Amino acid sequence: MIHKLFFYASPQNFYPLAGKLWPFFAALATALTVWGLWLGMFVAPTDFQQGEGYRIIFVHVPVSWMSMVIYLAMAFWALLGLTFNTRLSGMMTQALAPTGAIFAFLSLWTGALWGKPMWGAWWVWDARLTSELILFFLYLGHIALTSAIDDPRRADKAGGILALVGALNVPVIYFSVKWWNTLHQGASVSLTKGSSMAQVMLEAMLIMGVAFWMYAVALALYRVRSIILIRERHTQWVADLPEVRAQTMKNAAGGANV
Amino acid sequence: MIWNSWNDFLAMGGYGLYVWGSFGVTVLCMALEILWVKNARAQALSQITNELVAETNSKEWS
Repeated sequence: MIHKLFFYASPQNFYPLAGKLWPFFAALATALTVWGLWLGMFVAPTDFQQGEGYRIIFVHVPVSWMSMVIYLAMAFWALLGLTFNTRLSGMMTQALAPTGAIFAFLSLWTGALWGKPMWGAWWVWDARLTSELILFFLYLGHIALTSAIDDPRRADKAGGILALVGALNVPVIYFSVKWWNTLHQGASVSLTKGSSMAQVMLEAMLIMGVAFWMYAVALALYRVRSIILIRERHTQWVADLPEVRAQTMKNAAGGANV
Repeated sequence: MIWNSWNDFLAMGGYGLYVWGSFGVTVLCMALEILWVKNARAQALSQITNELVAETNSKEWS
């Protein structure tokens, strides 16, 4: 098992594995989204307090969860990379960041659209909202930092440290509604107290959460393949890839006329 | 079924703008991200093959 993990820690071995895995995660994401949206938009009843406006929950909570989960995943890869000095770790951290940034943005966006009708404000400087905004900036900072350093290994190190330090913000976001008096409501689902929602609402929300998780995995796997290609472009195994060979033939045929 | 008509569904009990604004932008972001990663892969492949072709050409000439 451990032996297998180290086998796939090599970009050369991970590239084909990621290629086989991403369509599976993409298919799961699609199927779960259809199921979750069906339950959320057509089966779940109207909320007695918020009317139909509460249905924003079926995107807002999944994107917010994923914005935190992806950052923790980045911190996990960063820790592996800084400890074992594996090349793949830095590439995975880099592949996850854009998806995380998009989810953090969507969390703020859907939150604003939910806050306006329910609280009367698009934005308040509440602990939950502010710490999520910081998370969004951490993602942007990570992308900016890693793309500003030319040497990929040094970029991985710097990005890894930022990912690890920034991960401290994730529990702050999660517990902010408990630690401070916030306008943002408390958790609808908690591990200790169970759920405060109707069964079908909860199901739809959880299904959408898993769907977006699968989406994030598919996108990260797809993106890491491009990163691997670019970083390993001077190696023989990349030159020998069927997709590279096919395109080289095409380019060489076209280039002969020049 | 909880909706009486399509209009009823689109209106979302008066919260249409907020609900569809949330779902719409989420779909848009995901669609753009998918196009973006597909484009990045195509660019990576063409960059690599251009370099490989340039390399073999320079070898042939020398």
